[in-house]
Amino acid sequence: MRYLSEYRDPTIAKKLIEDIKKISKKPVKFMEVCGTHTVSISKNGIRQVLPENISLLSGPGCPVCVTANGDIDKAIAIAEAPGVIFTTFGDMMKVPGSYSSLSEKSADGADIRVVYSTLDALKIAKNNPDKKVVFFAVGFETTAPTIALSILEAERQGIKNYFIYSVHKMVPPAMAALLNLGEVKLDGFICPGHVSAIIGSKPYEFIARDHKISCVIAGFEPIDILQSISMLVKQVENGEAKVEIGYKRGVSSLGNTKAQEVMKKVFEACDAEWRGIGVIPESGLSLRTNFEGFDASKIFDVDVPPTKEHLGCSCGEILRGVKLPYDCKLFGKACTPENPIGPCMVSTEGSCAAYYRYGEVVDGV
Amino acid sequence: MNHDKIILAHGSGGKLSNDLLKNIFLKDFTNPILEKLDDMAILNLNGVKVAFTTDSYVVNPIFFNGGDIGKLAICGTVNDLSMSGAVPKYISAAFVIEEGFPVDDLKKITGSMRKAAEEAGVEIVTGDTKVVEKGSADKIFINTAGIGLIESGIDISGSNAKVGDRVILSGTIGDHGIAIMSRREGLEFKTGLKSDCAPLNQLVQDMLQVSEKIRCLRDPTRGGLATILNEIAKQSGVSICIKEEKIPVKEGVGGACEMLGFDPLYVANEGKLIAVVDSIDAEKVLKAMKKNKYGKDSQIIGEIAESPKGKVLLKTFLGTRRIIDVLVGEQLPRIC
Repeated sequence: MRYLSEYRDPTIAKKLIEDIKKISKKPVKFMEVCGTHTVSISKNGIRQVLPENISLLSGPGCPVCVTANGDIDKAIAIAEAPGVIFTTFGDMMKVPGSYSSLSEKSADGADIRVVYSTLDALKIAKNNPDKKVVFFAVGFETTAPTIALSILEAERQGIKNYFIYSVHKMVPPAMAALLNLGEVKLDGFICPGHVSAIIGSKPYEFIARDHKISCVIAGFEPIDILQSISMLVKQVENGEAKVEIGYKRGVSSLGNTKAQEVMKKVFEACDAEWRGIGVIPESGLSLRTNFEGFDASKIFDVDVPPTKEHLGCSCGEILRGVKLPYDCKLFGKACTPENPIGPCMVSTEGSCAAYYRYGEVVDGV
Repeated sequence: MNHDKIILAHGSGGKLSNDLLKNIFLKDFTNPILEKLDDMAILNLNGVKVAFTTDSYVVNPIFFNGGDIGKLAICGTVNDLSMSGAVPKYISAAFVIEEGFPVDDLKKITGSMRKAAEEAGVEIVTGDTKVVEKGSADKIFINTAGIGLIESGIDISGSNAKVGDRVILSGTIGDHGIAIMSRREGLEFKTGLKSDCAPLNQLVQDMLQVSEKIRCLRDPTRGGLATILNEIAKQSGVSICIKEEKIPVKEGVGGACEMLGFDPLYVANEGKLIAVVDSIDAEKVLKAMKKNKYGKDSQIIGEIAESPKGKVLLKTFLGTRRIIDVLVGEQLPRIC
């Protein structure tokens, strides 16, 4: 298993950095859409090795961060409903909603359990027939197929006490929304690797065709990211705008068609609210009518208090690439990973958490 | 969000654990010995220097590849004593057992404790047992305390690091944390990884045999290598600079960390130590460590610098530098 060392080879990295410096002339702004890219860029100090004319901005690609307060509030209300076992990926536990978080409600006594896959949630439902087991379906196209499979499996096994509360979202519509807002002039997108492994490269073609913006799908190791930046720079300098796959070991142009079929069978596109962006048409995934018996948003009639945004939190602007984490007046002061105010500081893949943990500028070293 | 209740992150060994210590425990228990915040207390009893420590073990699952809660309870306390340069002597063992716990499992655990104590050359000389109602505890919790003797002339502490000293790590990091994760219900993944749970007292004695210039010894358990280095940097008022390429990480650990989104620097170990040694003796100490089975993969991973004070810097594979902070409230599963 040599994949890790190969993609961290300092000699290859050095050559890529030299190439980038040699060919990059124009000032450019590239957005890494995916939170895992954000972490890798900060962790490996990639900004430090790039020429000054290349800026990297973080985008709305952390599913935890883009989950709207109102959706978290509703999740908490469902988790507190009588007879409910609420299951979630660990990342969502500490994200503050308007008034509280799942973590705080768990400490208050609500039965909230961290699971590592939907099949675990399904197992909990089987083992607790007298309880209603709800899975908080948060994520992008990467996790949607596994959640769809859990629904099909629950149906096959006749499990009637398993539900999902879906706030699932799709990445390309959010990229389109950002471009339509026109707040930030971008020259290129570093497109997400895992999402693209499912959807392929075709869904990004409108970005190159209609907006004349370069796209490169990247892996997550430092060499992957440097290579994608090198490819983007070449496109920009050559006056081209196309979609390229830099992560060929994980992504094909058609993507994973089986996963897409499962997703389409269970989910349909719906409007969804994104933190900091608002409602984006056809950017969410809700259960189709024939699966609505599994839909927690239809089954549970819960009172959700009015949504409240956190004063001074700039997560919205940060998710749109309008601000950097350092531009938020709460960053590192009132808002830290141990006392997070905004989701970008909570999630391990949030921009603020990545900048806080890895991004501190060190003088004199 | 301010906490008016204890949350899991308070037990992570990171910043919230420190908050709890400073804002609650130190306020009521304050005294000069405790305030040093080492993993053990150094006591002077009628002219004899004694190391004294205690630790509780709540690991889930209780049996894992490379050990179990019993082995962990002995090795953990032996290692805490050893990090002061002490020779561990006597251990206590207290059990909180959930009603319904299988006696055969208890026998397995006490057997492991016996073997670990034999290897470490310590005796279990006192103990206690409590049984609680089903649901009041998760299977079994163990508390061990221990005492050890420190020879005169030995002065090892997290506050002794000096500019120019070398930082030595005794082997691969993250083995224990990932071995535990790989056995957790719902996350089982196939791996040959074993916990590195081991008593390190003989390794420490081998090091002390060849050098009188060992300044600090710490075992990077909860919070991992990053958290311990930060503690040393703050206690000694120095900066620590380590090189990513020098830090040994098993492929399986690296791969699992990629999959789980963990950084191996923050993953727990139970059989590793960090030594800060005068540069003059660093190679000599390294050689002695490599001869011991628990130190065969030892590496000099960095050195002590003057500034930025209290900070740990990592030189990455790309040659860039970044700050390594302490673990901040990640909700990792119970690992020890």
